[in-house]
Amino acid sequence: MSDAVLSIRGLSVEIPSRSGTVKPVDGVSYDIRAGEILGVVGESGAGKSMAGNAVIGLLTPPAHIAAGEIWLNGTRIDTLKGEDMRRLRGKQIGMVFQDPLTSLNPLLSIGDQLTETMLTHLDITRSEARTRAIAALEEVGIPGAAERIDSYPHEFSGGMRQRVVIALALCAEPSLIIADEPTTALDVSVQAQIIALLKRLCRERGTAVMLITHDMGVIAEAADRVAVMYAGRLAELGDVRDVLTAPRHPYTFGLMASTPLASQGKARLHQIEGAMPRLNKVPEGCPFNPRCAYAQDKCRKAPSPQIADRAAACWFPMTAEKVS
Amino acid sequence: MAELPVKAAEQSRLRVFLDSDVFYMFRKSPVAVVSTIVFATLVLAAVFAPLIAPTNPFDPASLNLMNGFTGPMAPNAFTGESFLLGTDDQGRDVFSTILYGMRVSLFVGVAAVLLAMVLGITLGLISGYVGGWTETIIMRTADVQLTFPSILVAMLIFGVAKGITPVEYRDQMAIWVLILAIGLSDWVQFARVVRGATMVEKRKEYVEAARLIGRTPYAIMLRHILPNVLSPVLVIATISLALAIIAEATLSFLGVGAPATQPSLGTLIRIGQGFLFSGEWWILLFPAVTLLTLALSVNLLGDWLRDALNPRLR
Amino acid sequence: MSLISVTSLSRVFDVSKPWLNRVLERRPKALLTAVSEVDFEVAPRSTYALVGESGSGKSTIGRMLVGLLTPTSGEVEINGVNLATERDADKVDAIRSDIQMIFQDPFASLNPRWRVRDIIVEPVVARGGDATGLAEKLLEQVGLSALDAGKFPHEFSGGQRQRICIARALSSEPKLIVCDEPTSALDVSVQAQVLNLMSDLKDNFGLTYVLISHDLTVVQHMADRIGVLYLGRLVEEASPKDLFANTKHPYTKMLLEAAPRMDGFGREATLPEGEIPDPINPPTGCAFHPRCPLATDVCKAERPKMRTINATRVACHLAE
Repeated sequence: MSDAVLSIRGLSVEIPSRSGTVKPVDGVSYDIRAGEILGVVGESGAGKSMAGNAVIGLLTPPAHIAAGEIWLNGTRIDTLKGEDMRRLRGKQIGMVFQDPLTSLNPLLSIGDQLTETMLTHLDITRSEARTRAIAALEEVGIPGAAERIDSYPHEFSGGMRQRVVIALALCAEPSLIIADEPTTALDVSVQAQIIALLKRLCRERGTAVMLITHDMGVIAEAADRVAVMYAGRLAELGDVRDVLTAPRHPYTFGLMASTPLASQGKARLHQIEGAMPRLNKVPEGCPFNPRCAYAQDKCRKAPSPQIADRAAACWFPMTAEKVS
Repeated sequence: MAELPVKAAEQSRLRVFLDSDVFYMFRKSPVAVVSTIVFATLVLAAVFAPLIAPTNPFDPASLNLMNGFTGPMAPNAFTGESFLLGTDDQGRDVFSTILYGMRVSLFVGVAAVLLAMVLGITLGLISGYVGGWTETIIMRTADVQLTFPSILVAMLIFGVAKGITPVEYRDQMAIWVLILAIGLSDWVQFARVVRGATMVEKRKEYVEAARLIGRTPYAIMLRHILPNVLSPVLVIATISLALAIIAEATLSFLGVGAPATQPSLGTLIRIGQGFLFSGEWWILLFPAVTLLTLALSVNLLGDWLRDALNPRLR
Repeated sequence: MSLISVTSLSRVFDVSKPWLNRVLERRPKALLTAVSEVDFEVAPRSTYALVGESGSGKSTIGRMLVGLLTPTSGEVEINGVNLATERDADKVDAIRSDIQMIFQDPFASLNPRWRVRDIIVEPVVARGGDATGLAEKLLEQVGLSALDAGKFPHEFSGGQRQRICIARALSSEPKLIVCDEPTSALDVSVQAQVLNLMSDLKDNFGLTYVLISHDLTVVQHMADRIGVLYLGRLVEEASPKDLFANTKHPYTKMLLEAAPRMDGFGREATLPEGEIPDPINPPTGCAFHPRCPLATDVCKAERPKMRTINATRVACHLAE
């Protein structure tokens, strides 16, 4: 915990609703170190975005943090409210959302948005902020930054807008960036450019990155470590190469096997039967047990084990024999 | 081939509604429940007026001029009869006149809104779906109409209608002309909202799927798009009803609405106004309070409905 | 005989500002060429994939195939019938029931106010056919339960809704189904289920698919032939094996290089240059030349024609 930029311990988020309490995040723990990119992977409804929202304090009521701790650079932040949280956001944590269209204020020029953010969080003059803003735009690869700094978001293409969003997220020099599906709305070729940009900038500045996505290919290329989420819980956590090439949790194994690439040459794709449970109807014991080909009695009765790093939340993790 | 399983009893649309989030929010909102109860009570009272009202105030044979100007609950000096809310100058029981007056007010209000809805939804669907010149013509007509205050439009229609009907029929026609006038001045907001919603739904893939199999634009508008644009219409209809009732009352108050032989609440207020300063306050007050309660309950219900149906607020 | 024959297909959209604005601001008309002179053929019982990024025209071609849009020039013939120009109403009707489409967004492709049963049998009932028990039978075939027929779409998940869309597409017993990004909105594990279902149905019913997608891995798995589109033009067409192993067109190479790979740990890919150009003012000659590492003067001046090299068709001056 000492050298981790972000440390989440036993985080649980609850949403009371008409049909019972829904737990989109249930006892999740992981760390992110400086300069490291942690990929948080999961399918829709797995709760990966909720965890990110909880960290930055953007949970919409009635969703609230029910348990656990969030530590940022040695300070506890889940208990912060109002003004303190607002100062933290933007200064220490930057966010990159999925849709560049709605992430930028359409009525302000991008120069204004950048300088406004910088002036709020950094102690510099307005002209210095503007100089830095132009430099930031150049760094993210916007051609002709000095001329385009006064343009409006709608005058840019989707890929360019996302670059501006990244510039905005980094301009106050945060120690953590939370990127929630930053490339899902973009074309393949633009996606590659944005991912490369994010990787380069964060490594250069030593910024920790939480990269939330459902695209395993992006995780493979961009992330150092990966956390796999299922039905609100952490299924597996570890080095990206280990987890993707030799997954230990049956869900991760099934997920990797069902990608079209893994079934090259075969007529049918490997499929996991059934579907992820709705968060208000999570089965007892291990949440994956109804769909698991290797489920045993213990899986149905006892809750899945808590995991330390480089482990799977499974009583009977996959081994080489099972795979073959 | 194996036997297909027996069809499970599927949920009727009523069941779906009762289970829905909207109905749940309704049950939890005191404003919604109270205003619905009040409105329902008034409507029932109006519908069953002949059974509830102690007298029929518009049957000249049952009236006794000597009963005139009796105060509420006070026995009449001449005949000894007492009336719940007093009597007016002709000896009519105010309570009964209110019940019958509500009938007219509600009938005109509901009919006018229905007319506006049918006209507005049809024109809105067509202009939204077909687009092009049709849309331009309809919408510009709507814009032009909106530049005139609706009361003046209603008075204009009323005046024209009055001019072309022979004198003997005028009183009978008054109600229908009133409905026409208020309905025709109100269709624009329905048309606009439906047009906007239609343009959104038109782009969705289920409409493309219907076009794909060769369904006519008429079938698509009626069977596919219409059920999906009714939600905002419901909100506007409720608030329109309140406004239509008040519009009718205004026109009647000005003397260009329901005649004294078939008075609405507005007519009663007009009549009562003449007696306010000579001390017979009850002839004005009670119809006014009834009108206020009626319009307010519908308005509150409409307001609640708009918030409940707004997907962004959920 | 091919089931689908597309010849020199083009589609232009007029996206000019209203006449008054144009006069006052002195702007020219803005014409967006979404599809430009595309030719291809699809053999019966095969899967033909159209791959491209945004602005490639793949969705527009899909809609022209099923008759939702009419071509500006060129022809689409399905089983010899040209939907856009055919006058004989019976022929048109017969062909319409042979063509169906599955859409990308499982949430917008089902009418939220209709019951599932009515949605599925609409293609049959709208023509006056008898649909007793049809919905229930189809639901079982796509992996749902016959008891789901009375429910409403909002009671189903994304993957389940896509199955309902497939059931609807099957109800009129079509020969051709155009699938517009059928699994793009679905998670990986659900995608696997839906793709497997589509393969099974194809074998059982002898269907022909035109699969529109931006995901090269899906297309590699499902297609018999792949056509790559760039800015409305067909730049390469080959079998999956040839396309991935013997890529001929620089754009396809760029696409394959840029696509994130699951074995690409820490990969520093050669990044694509620039962005997709404006379709209202496309580059002269070959549309890809501003971004192409191999571009020469010929590429700037002349638009390349489609050539056949072995079993691949490619539109590039320099390919061999």
